[in-house]
Amino acid sequence: MDWSALSVSLRLAAFTCLILLPIAIWLGRSLAYARFRGKGLCEALIALPLVLPPTVLGFYLLLSFGRDAPVGSFWAAMTGSGLNFTFTGILLASLIANLPFAVQPIQRAFEHVPHNLREAAWCSGLSPWQTLLRIELPLVWPGIMSAAALTFAHTLGEFGVILMVGGAIDGETRTLAIAIYDRVQAFDEQGAAQMSALLLLVSFITLGLVYGLAGRRRWVRG
Amino acid sequence: MVWPGAGGGYVADSRITEPVSGPIAGLSVAVNQTGPIPLAAEFVCQPGELLALVGPSGSGKTTLLRTIAGLYRPQGGRVECAGEVWFDAERKHSLSPQRRQVGIVFQDYALFPHLTASQNIQLPLRHLPQPQRREQAEQWLAKVRLDGLGKRYPNALSGGQRQRVALARALARDPKVLLLDEPFSAVDQVTRRRLQRELALLRQQIEIPIVLVTHDLEEAAALADQICVLHNGVSLQQDAPDVLFRRPLSPLVARLLDRHNLFEGVVVDEEGKRRLRWGENYLEVAEGLDNLTLGETVTWYLPPSDIVLHRRGRPSHGERENPVVATVSELVVLGGITSVSLSVNHGDMLRFDIATHAARRNQLTSGAVVKVSLLAAGIYLLPGHQIRADAHDKRK
Repeated sequence: MDWSALSVSLRLAAFTCLILLPIAIWLGRSLAYARFRGKGLCEALIALPLVLPPTVLGFYLLLSFGRDAPVGSFWAAMTGSGLNFTFTGILLASLIANLPFAVQPIQRAFEHVPHNLREAAWCSGLSPWQTLLRIELPLVWPGIMSAAALTFAHTLGEFGVILMVGGAIDGETRTLAIAIYDRVQAFDEQGAAQMSALLLLVSFITLGLVYGLAGRRRWVRG
Repeated sequence: MVWPGAGGGYVADSRITEPVSGPIAGLSVAVNQTGPIPLAAEFVCQPGELLALVGPSGSGKTTLLRTIAGLYRPQGGRVECAGEVWFDAERKHSLSPQRRQVGIVFQDYALFPHLTASQNIQLPLRHLPQPQRREQAEQWLAKVRLDGLGKRYPNALSGGQRQRVALARALARDPKVLLLDEPFSAVDQVTRRRLQRELALLRQQIEIPIVLVTHDLEEAAALADQICVLHNGVSLQQDAPDVLFRRPLSPLVARLLDRHNLFEGVVVDEEGKRRLRWGENYLEVAEGLDNLTLGETVTWYLPPSDIVLHRRGRPSHGERENPVVATVSELVVLGGITSVSLSVNHGDMLRFDIATHAARRNQLTSGAVVKVSLLAAGIYLLPGHQIRADAHDKRK
C-alpha cells in the first residue's frame, strides 16, 4: 500500500476543489448572467478539457510549464522554481483540467435562478453581496455541490494529465492512480488491487457525502 | 440634506432647480428615450391614490414600473417621490433600487423559494433585531390574512396566498411607493375577485402612491383613482376613470379603452342653431360646437351609457333629445347583459349594452327598427382628430 500516493491524491483533490470552486462560482455566474460577444468562445474554451484526450492537454501544459515558455518562465521568475514535475505543477494542471467539471454545473444552476429574484432582493434592500450570499448561493447550492463532487472525483481519477506534467515522483506527484499503474507494470497485482479498492471506496464515500449534502433541502422548486 | 450654518437655510440641492410649485408629495414620473424601447411617458400619482397604467402588451407599462423601482435606467427623464429625486438623467443622478425604498409585487411574485413565508417578509426588515423582526412578520401575515402559514415554503402556498406574501413583503419595507405588476394575472377568476377586494380594503390603510400595471380595463376602472393610457411607450392620457371613459382625448385612446361609437359629423347651421350633421340626423350637442367653423368635419364620440333606447309604447326620459331611427343588426347575449349593435341609415354602427331582460321586454330582434336618443350632454367632440388615422389595429 502506497500511503504517500494516497496523501498526494487527497491533497491534490482537496486543493483543486478549494481553489477552483470560488473561481467557478464567479465564472459560472458571469457566464449565466452576462451577454457579450465571444461568450460562446469562452464557453468552448472552458469545455475543451472535456473533449481533449488527457495526454494532449498534458502535452500542451508540459510545453507551457517549461522554463522557456511564458507561463513557466513567469512562474520561475516569481518563485525561483519550475512547474514541471512538482506538486504545484500538477495542481495547476488539475485546475485547468477540471474547469468544465466545476464551471458547468454552477453555470446551469445560476441560469435557473429567475432573474427577478435578484431584483426582488435589491428592492428588499439587500446589497449585491447580500443578495449573492442570502439568495443566490442557497439557490445554486446543489450546483455547487455537484461541481465539488465532480471535481473531487475527477481529480482522484485523473491519470494522463498528471503523468505528463508531473511524472511519478514519490510523495510529490505520484498520485494513487499512477501508483496503481506502476504496480501493474511491476506485476504486483495484489498491491494494485488494494489501492484500486481504496480509490473506489474513497470516491464512493466522497460522492455519497456530497450528494447527500446537496439533496438535503426542505424546499423543492415547484 | 440641510447645510448647517449656511445662513438662509439651504434646502436639499435637488430642490433648487425645482419649478415654483415645489416638490410634490407623491410620485411624479417623466421618461423619454428613443431606443431600444421607445418611451415618452409622463404621469403623477398622489399619496393614497391608485394609478393604473393600462395599455396593450408591449406598450411599456412594465418598463415604466421598473424605471420607478430603479431596475431600469432610461436615457432621459426624471423620477421623483416623496420630495426626493430618485432619478434625473440630466444630472446623471440615479438612486440604486436599495435606496429608493419601493415596495414591488412582481407578476410571478418572485418569492424566495428557499425561505419560508415569514422569512420572506422578514428579509426587508433586517435593520431590526431578530425578535422584533419575527413579530412584525407575524403582524404582516395577520394583516394579509395568512396567520399560521408563516412556516410554509412558497411551494406549499396557493397562488392567492403567494400573492399575499409578496404584498406583505413589499409593504414590510415601509415603502414610499407601492408598485404592482399585473398582480392578479396569475390566479383564477374567483381568487382574483377576492384579492382585488382585499387590495381595495388595504388601500384605505396606506397613505402612499400605488401604481398598478394591468391590461385589464375592468380591473383598472374598478380599482384605480387615475388611469394612464399607454401605447407604444407613449402616455396618451391620464384621468379619473369616469372622465377617461367619457372624454377620451383621441380616437386612439377610445380604441385602446375598447370604446366604440366613434363617428364623423359636419358642423352645420340649422335655423340659427349649430348642429352636428350625422347622415340624415341633425344632432344637438351640449358643448364645443360653437368653437368650430361651419362646414368643418369633426370626429365625435358617444359613451354607450348615453344611448337611450325608446321603450315601446311608453315615452322615456330624454326621448326628445336627438332621436335617431336605426335597425338592429346584431344582438349578443352575454349572460345578464346584451350587447346591441344598431345600424343607422348611412351605414354607421351604434353599439351599447342593455340588461338582457330589458332587451326581451322591448322585443329587440335582429332586423327590428328601433328608436334611440343620443343624449346631447354625452356627445364629445374630438376636433383635429381623424377617425381612421390610426385604425389599422381597430379591434385590439
